[in-house]
Amino acid sequence: MSATRVQLISPRTLRLLSPGRSALFLPGGGGPHRGGGVPGFRSLIFPSLSSSFSSPGRALSSLSTTRRGLPKTKMSDNGTMSRGKVLTIDNMNPTVKKVEYAVRGPIVQRAVELEKELSEGRKKPFAEVIKANIGDAQAMAQIVFLKYKNKDAKSRACRILNSCGGNSMGAYSASQGIGSVRQDVARYIERRDGGVPCKPDNIYLTTGASDGIVTMLKLLVCGEGATRTGVMISIPQYPLYSAALAELSAVQINYYLNEEKCWSLDIGELQRALDEARLHCNPRALCIINPGNPTGQVQSRECIEDVIRFAAKERLFLMADEVYQDNVYAEGCQFHSFKKVLFEMGPEYSETVELASFHSTSKCYMGECGFRGGYMEIINMDDDVKDQLTKLLSVRLCSPVPGQALMDLVVNPPQPGEPSYERFIKERTSTLSALAEKARLTEQVLNTVEGIRCNPVQGAMYSFPRITIPEKAIQEAKKLGQQPDMFYCMKMLEETGICLVPGSGFGQREGTYHFRMTILPPTDKLKILLNNVKEFHQRFTQQYS
Amino acid sequence: MSSMKEVNPMVLGIRDPVSLQSLAARITEQIAQGEQKPFQRVIDVSSGDPHRAGMPPLSFARQVLAVCLYPKLLKESSFPVDVRQRAEKLLGACNGGSVGSYSASSCGIPQIQKSVAEFITKRDGGVASDPEDIIFSSGSQRTLKLVLHLLSSGQGPTQTGVLTPLPCPHTLPILLDEVGVKLVPYRLLEERGWTLELEELHRALKAARRHCEPRAIYISNPGNPTGHVQDLKTIEEVIRFAASERLVLLVEEVYQDSVFGQDKKFLSYKKVLFEMGASYSERVEMVSFHSISAGTMGECGLRGGYMEVINMDLLVKNFLTSMQGPCSPPVLPQLALEIMVNPPSPGDASYEVFTQEILQKVETLTQNAQRACEFLNGVPGMSCQQAMGLYPCLHLPAEIIQEAKRSGLRADVLYCKKFLEEEGVCLGPGSENGHDDENYHIRLCISAPAAVLEDVLKRLQSFHLRIQDRHH
Repeated sequence: MSATRVQLISPRTLRLLSPGRSALFLPGGGGPHRGGGVPGFRSLIFPSLSSSFSSPGRALSSLSTTRRGLPKTKMSDNGTMSRGKVLTIDNMNPTVKKVEYAVRGPIVQRAVELEKELSEGRKKPFAEVIKANIGDAQAMAQIVFLKYKNKDAKSRACRILNSCGGNSMGAYSASQGIGSVRQDVARYIERRDGGVPCKPDNIYLTTGASDGIVTMLKLLVCGEGATRTGVMISIPQYPLYSAALAELSAVQINYYLNEEKCWSLDIGELQRALDEARLHCNPRALCIINPGNPTGQVQSRECIEDVIRFAAKERLFLMADEVYQDNVYAEGCQFHSFKKVLFEMGPEYSETVELASFHSTSKCYMGECGFRGGYMEIINMDDDVKDQLTKLLSVRLCSPVPGQALMDLVVNPPQPGEPSYERFIKERTSTLSALAEKARLTEQVLNTVEGIRCNPVQGAMYSFPRITIPEKAIQEAKKLGQQPDMFYCMKMLEETGICLVPGSGFGQREGTYHFRMTILPPTDKLKILLNNVKEFHQRFTQQYS
Repeated sequence: MSSMKEVNPMVLGIRDPVSLQSLAARITEQIAQGEQKPFQRVIDVSSGDPHRAGMPPLSFARQVLAVCLYPKLLKESSFPVDVRQRAEKLLGACNGGSVGSYSASSCGIPQIQKSVAEFITKRDGGVASDPEDIIFSSGSQRTLKLVLHLLSSGQGPTQTGVLTPLPCPHTLPILLDEVGVKLVPYRLLEERGWTLELEELHRALKAARRHCEPRAIYISNPGNPTGHVQDLKTIEEVIRFAASERLVLLVEEVYQDSVFGQDKKFLSYKKVLFEMGASYSERVEMVSFHSISAGTMGECGLRGGYMEVINMDLLVKNFLTSMQGPCSPPVLPQLALEIMVNPPSPGDASYEVFTQEILQKVETLTQNAQRACEFLNGVPGMSCQQAMGLYPCLHLPAEIIQEAKRSGLRADVLYCKKFLEEEGVCLGPGSENGHDDENYHIRLCISAPAAVLEDVLKRLQSFHLRIQDRHH
């Protein structure tokens, strides 16, 4: 069986999956992949494939449980399943092959299998799989969705419904989003930014922030070869960006955040990355995630001003991913919106710098990820280009209406004087302070472990500690064709049931290793989790010393 | 500042949408501001959006969704017991028992994939459906886009082409533009009620091969916008054609629940495929699409749909299933899908009310279709095929055609624009459906309360006669 599986990847297919135009070598996600055909970041295609070859058992196990036994397609004589198919790896869209998304990648697939095995009564060294890989507050039964029943809820509901076609959430909305919701979003932004005006016409309601980000990137990518659009993105980053850039065949330009200085952003590093990139592509956009994912750093006001000046000087389109704007915990840290800072820097900047800022219903204190609600605000975009953006969005008709309605609630919470206000404030404060406490706890516990170094979690919902992996383990990982931190995380999953995402899925400096874990589990579970991580790390270090 | 020359050429290449919707929005705004018009409000029947037109949602569906959204209602005795039981079951399928959490996998919620597979198996008289072949997304537009994107490759003569019916759903051409796939039209035969003819498929394919690489054929059955329901012979011919010409079959079946009267029956492509024996059922690559937007659910705004993937190469399928990694499908519409495929059964508390509501809708739609067709066929200068879709052919006076040329619009778009401005009704111009020659058509959706449709028909008649008079 394993021999036949291995034959699935014909040499021809291998040749086709050759590295693309990646600007910098970026450690990608290795490890077992279903079907053996899913490549990592472009520069790491071969290691990903070889992992399937050298660990066919792994590939098999991940295949068999999720595929429920033998595949239905008949094998032809030479064992190649794809023969005779109209749509094959060879003739499908080549850009799709370049995409990888670590947050739902192979480690999660393995976690799902383990959950199934547990439910079937198989014995494991742990009683449950803890999925601390994805920022899903609802799944952690954590955040109580405030569904206020009384008058202010009713009046909001009426307003939203009146703006829907046929007064129903079941009707399509305008593709830019329901008018009254966009007005409310604009008012929210004005309140948040101390009065800086916001036009509803610059607001687009999207299917989660991801929809907006991917659409903007799609809009901006053009050119060929040396004039191909380059997009600057922080390392570490949220892999939606790398996935989208890979698929669009845009050039990914990495700028490294400074781990020693609590993941801060350094303009000198931005300049270095940009200057190097200019030699082989046309850099046009700069993406920044603030508060950061996976790092959780909250940028200072000075830093934001520096970035704006840099973007202005270098004529870059600024994409500010601010989905965690409501999740700031650390003392002395404050969220500064890019737009506010931009406008406070005077017309020289506020009238020229092009900015798109993104928010979503998936994070903040509401954490309603399943609704897929989000918005983007577009500033200083050329009118004709804006028309193209509107056109592009209209192809998908509209974003889910419940998500739009939810966005309205996020930006339009109960105000002082309204009946639901007290309860709302209470729930929100307790949620946020619980998160702050968990952030502190996480940093504290992990820093007691030799070989783990955890920066303070200033915001967002994750911790991204650096781990020291013994040389022997690194060698073992190499033999299996896995990234060392993937190897580490897989072992952790098998031994403790804890599912984390290896740092290689987000990008990190060569020779360093990390993992990302969410701080969302309830405090008592989190304590156990942290303890288990600590014990595992000690065991692992011992085992491979 | 970024300029037009720095915009992605693929985006620039997407054809510009007809701007009737924005005109309709402007007129609505004007009415709200007190401007006098010969009508009180804008009625939009240009596309299948039943709720917008005034059709009510299904009570059972909305009740279950309400309880799912606010689980405290599980204790609310004013909700029928089967509603609460269903909501409990659905919440159990969601991560953390909440509709607010991400779907467990990027393809959707596993238990709901299972329900859909069971529904398909039952519908197709036992032909098995595997839950792992079911992929959810936010509406059939998006599910279709995933597959088209997967198919899209090449440029110029090697660009992927898809055989597409003429007329086709008006949302399809822009979608093909966005994914960079060439639209290759095959004409449906209007005189025979918009049937699909094998000869025409061959002709279209042959012509297409000269300038692109056709790799798939798109079918809309029941047809959008025509309402035509394909018979067994046609479906078998198409399947044989796809098999011998090596084309992937993309079958949009979102109106499968809306076949009433006319002695026609919906036949699923999958069922027919499997009844044609192993040489077809094990080879022909097919993807079929369904959604909650159409039929009696009519929940377009919720954005929920699924595709069933049949006989796709496993390696390719792996890519397809992980394509939604960063953008997993929304949860609420998946729940609505489950309700759609698993309605109340006889004996359930909600069964009576549910059946009543369905019957009412079916009656409305059947009557609407018949009334509208007869009525429009009675209007000089219009002719309409008898079907569940309203897609009449128009005779337009030469003056309109010339005025259109002068303003750089297509004549059917100008016609719809004038109609909107004079009568407050938004129709769909046939050019959106691919009719870009002198074969003018308009598109009306019958999924509206009977009184609304009656109003629309009368206004259309009076308008059509007026413009014919005006230009004599």
